Amino acid sequence: MTSIPVVATQPSTRSRALALIGGEATDANLRRYLHGIPGIDAVGLEQRAAALGTRSIKTSSKKRAIDTIIGLIDLTTLEGADTPGKVRSLVGKALTPDPGDPGCPRVAAVCVYGDMVPYTVEALGSAHAAGRDQGIFVASVATAFPSGRASLAVKLADVADAVAAGADEIDMVIDRGAFLSGRFGQVYDEIVAVKEACRRADGSVAHLKVILETGELNTYDNVRRASWLAILAGGDFIKTSTGKMQPAATLPVTLSMIEVVRDWHRLTGARVGVKPAGGIRTSKDAIKYLVAVAETVGEDWLTPSLFRFGASSLLNDVLMQRQKMRDGHYSGPDYVTID
Amino acid sequence: MTRLAVPKTYKLYIGGKFPRSESGRVYAVATPGGDFLANAAQASRKDARDAVVAARSAFAGWSRATPYNRGQVLYRIAELLEGRRAQFVEEIVQSEGVSASAAGRQVDEAVDRWVWYAGWADKYAQVAGNANPVSGPYFNISVPEPTGVVAIIAPQSGGSLLGLVSAVAPALVSGNTVVVVADETRPLSAITLGEVLATSDVPGGVVNILTGSPAEMAPWLASHADVNAIDLLGAGDLDWVHLEIDAAETLTRVLQPESGADAAAPSLARILAFTETKTVWHTKGLL
Repeated sequence: MTSIPVVATQPSTRSRALALIGGEATDANLRRYLHGIPGIDAVGLEQRAAALGTRSIKTSSKKRAIDTIIGLIDLTTLEGADTPGKVRSLVGKALTPDPGDPGCPRVAAVCVYGDMVPYTVEALGSAHAAGRDQGIFVASVATAFPSGRASLAVKLADVADAVAAGADEIDMVIDRGAFLSGRFGQVYDEIVAVKEACRRADGSVAHLKVILETGELNTYDNVRRASWLAILAGGDFIKTSTGKMQPAATLPVTLSMIEVVRDWHRLTGARVGVKPAGGIRTSKDAIKYLVAVAETVGEDWLTPSLFRFGASSLLNDVLMQRQKMRDGHYSGPDYVTID
Repeated sequence: MTRLAVPKTYKLYIGGKFPRSESGRVYAVATPGGDFLANAAQASRKDARDAVVAARSAFAGWSRATPYNRGQVLYRIAELLEGRRAQFVEEIVQSEGVSASAAGRQVDEAVDRWVWYAGWADKYAQVAGNANPVSGPYFNISVPEPTGVVAIIAPQSGGSLLGLVSAVAPALVSGNTVVVVADETRPLSAITLGEVLATSDVPGGVVNILTGSPAEMAPWLASHADVNAIDLLGAGDLDWVHLEIDAAETLTRVLQPESGADAAAPSLARILAFTETKTVWHTKGLL
């Protein structure tokens, strides 16, 4: 959809990005590039998102969708009141979402604050993915989440700390202040630096999710620019929101990000993930996101390495739906755990 | 110049709002003589599900309101019922084919019954609760508490307004929230009661009114795991034994159908049917 010429696959993300930008990642070059991206037709986008939400999902598809959703959830607890005990019970839920049904799939990851990573890793034990494909990943928010208002040194230390403690994935926030005042170079450099800080002692790199906090970006055009910026800088995932402010993830915003991911894939062949987070509470909502992904980038994207839901209460609603489909009658909150 | 009549759309009452059925269905309501009276929304199982969600979310607030406050709110419903007397009389005359004076007596009785139940709100616990004698330096106190979400199949014969009030009011007294399936063939006064509730002080979701087929919705309400009790008052013509079995699967309390002139007569037992007794021990203070 963009008129950018296809660039042959480059050896590194950085050189590929710089080739696209046409020079070093300075404010001026990035602005020229990002402002050159075609604008978004907001009415069309919202209409498209609304249309995707009206797809009729039949029972057997719904059954599959529900199990897919569970396998894509980053089960999250990001509260000031988090304790090791709370994290342990969350891990218990991640391992056995529905104790009444051993066939229930596990979630993709557990998402916690950096200081809770050691407890999460310990509680997961052998179920921790830790570099393997099987198992549950540990995601940690970092870089002075949720505001991102700290010096770069502090942010990098935050990231390195979480990675050293065993986090497989880092959810960083971009500096929205810098982005909105046009200091794209600073945002770019910060993402690059954080990505570098994700490197472990053995040379492997923790997955980096870049939180755009779309609720603070005001326009769809800004969301699209921030998505491109995060991908150019090397983010493995682009994530809508911290979940700490409203509006969090909405279907139109997420759709516009999925479109960027699709364009990037067409342009370079590389696959970047999308994670809507915050405000997705019902299976009905979550299914709309699955439809949006499947109809925009294709069903290939519905795997934990390319799509996640950042959610906590969503899981309970999905489990109740699952129980309803299994038992033939409506379930209730008494039949799922409180947290 | 003649004026076009503006007929009313009778809709459901769920969570303090008046939605149409999610299924988009309506059914014709006729007078006893067979003349068309109105179109009413025909609620589906998904409307029943939404109503239970609304009732569940309203439960915390309504059950925690002080008994005195609940009594005041219930009493105000009676006041508003009285204020809409003429409308209720007209709808009852049309849909039941009774005389205006008989309809008036029914409305009066419904108002009186509502007042009678409102009075119990801050009194039933004194009657049903107890300070139990124990052999030790403890208080041992039993108090009745509301059970939760109560599904009700309203009477399908007799006075349409009086039957509905007799079924709904006692469940509300202790702080339960209600999903009620109205009289299928004569639902008008039920929806008008919804309008009364919407303009009174009852929080949205405390009473949810569904019109349509009890045979279609009752099985879903009976088997619903988030329904704590089901009053099969008007389910006498359904296969209610199976409803009772379904309800038992998810530990739902069941009240069996009643029929006859004195069905659902006002009684403390109807209030206590939807309560659970909590017994607590408490040390006596140092004297």
